[in-house]
Amino acid sequence: MTGLLVVRAGALTTVQDRGRPGYAHLGVPRSGALDTAAYALANRLLGNPPDAAVLETTLDGVSLRALAATVVAVTGAPCPVRVSGRPVAWGAPVGLPAGAELEVGRAESGLRGYVAVRGGLAVPPVLGSRSTDLLSGLGPAVLTAGTTLAVGPAGPDPVAGADAYGLPAAPSELVLPLRLGPRADWFTGASLAGLWRSAFRVSPSSNRIGLRTEGGSALVRARAGELPSEGMVLGAVQVPPDGLPVVFLADHPVTGGYPVVGVVGPGPALDAAAQARPGTPVRFVRAR
Amino acid sequence: MRTPRTLVVGAQALLVELDSAEEVAALHAELLRRRDAGALGPVRDLVPAARTVLLDGVRDPAALGARIASWEVPPLTRREGPLVTVAVRFDGPDLAEVARLWGVAAGEVPGIVAAIEFRVAFCGFAPGFGYLTGLPERLHVPRRETPRTAVPAGSLALAGEYAGVYPRSSPGGWQLIGSTDAVLWDPEREPAALFAPGVRVRFVQEERA
Repeated sequence: MTGLLVVRAGALTTVQDRGRPGYAHLGVPRSGALDTAAYALANRLLGNPPDAAVLETTLDGVSLRALAATVVAVTGAPCPVRVSGRPVAWGAPVGLPAGAELEVGRAESGLRGYVAVRGGLAVPPVLGSRSTDLLSGLGPAVLTAGTTLAVGPAGPDPVAGADAYGLPAAPSELVLPLRLGPRADWFTGASLAGLWRSAFRVSPSSNRIGLRTEGGSALVRARAGELPSEGMVLGAVQVPPDGLPVVFLADHPVTGGYPVVGVVGPGPALDAAAQARPGTPVRFVRAR
Repeated sequence: MRTPRTLVVGAQALLVELDSAEEVAALHAELLRRRDAGALGPVRDLVPAARTVLLDGVRDPAALGARIASWEVPPLTRREGPLVTVAVRFDGPDLAEVARLWGVAAGEVPGIVAAIEFRVAFCGFAPGFGYLTGLPERLHVPRRETPRTAVPAGSLALAGEYAGVYPRSSPGGWQLIGSTDAVLWDPEREPAALFAPGVRVRFVQEERA
């Protein structure tokens, strides 16, 4: 029997791949791995196709037993990795004999770890993706102990030797380049000017839907009234009535009714946002 | 149609803002026509909403916005878009309240609803939840003051200018007037959503078995 048995599920472990973009018009969030660079690296290390499904862990890792010999790689938030109790490399391909237990430990820094297996996780896809979508409930359930995860056949590409040291460290300060619009005119000029100087922190109520901020100076509405719901993009910075920005991450709703003051472009800034722990300072800078 | 307002959204998206749901429907239909004809350029997501259409995953949002602003968009014709007929039992817990708000007897509600051709303006809230326009203004009803914690799947519901059918059980504050066995959302099916934007919808009273 092939596959991986979940021994310890961790705080919040989900299956993720590149998500299901292209279905927003049907009300389907894009979903997908939050730290796209760490996700891509995990698959590259194992010679997997770039869209292979992996596990995304949150802070405290996961433990898995190999039902057949395979190769795994752990990237994202740096953490101790053990195979049957013996320390092994993080950010590198690691052989897992049949029956061996892979222990992915608590993150030393950062938040989200990526555990890839050679061949990719073979849970049934929904609308072309194996990602768990925590907003709408599409895709596989959040991992629980005792579940067996099927593993796909290894592809033709060999296990690579690339290392994870190209990955940026988890941010001590999260700097988010922001392009103003489409609804910046809903806020007073003074509070917009203050946005660039404001010292926010990552709120503990952040999740895969959005990175919430706290502690900074609130944006002030220049106009009353409600905005009819409109389409939302990845990285949109939505401002609810409390005036504290929320940066939309992969499981964001496809439409929303709070004004979007600006957009953080996909790529390194949102990857860093995926690794920013609650309490991390957040600063918005003008996107060039 | 007045020239729409176009707003750049980050580096890869454009929001087109219009004055009415009818204008949104007309522009959405025009965008689909041009995309099907290969004349729109790459767009990953085309997301209509209440007064806007979002084009996400485009190369040059500002240039695309200028192009769209120059279009002559014809008004939507009545028969444009596929027609879906849904059999409904008018047995919702808010049927009497909606009839009262409409100033009619509860028994008249099915006939009034059946006479309306709805159109899926946009989806949101949950996969496959379509916001249906077509209710004349005198039939608009407010949301319930207290939302229900669980609305059964298949509930036909009204709120404001919209009608909708809950694709699955979820919390909700709309007024429930009926129920259907139609499967609104099935990701294994093509199309997954029975109510995709642009689809025309008729509700007919279910024949008693």
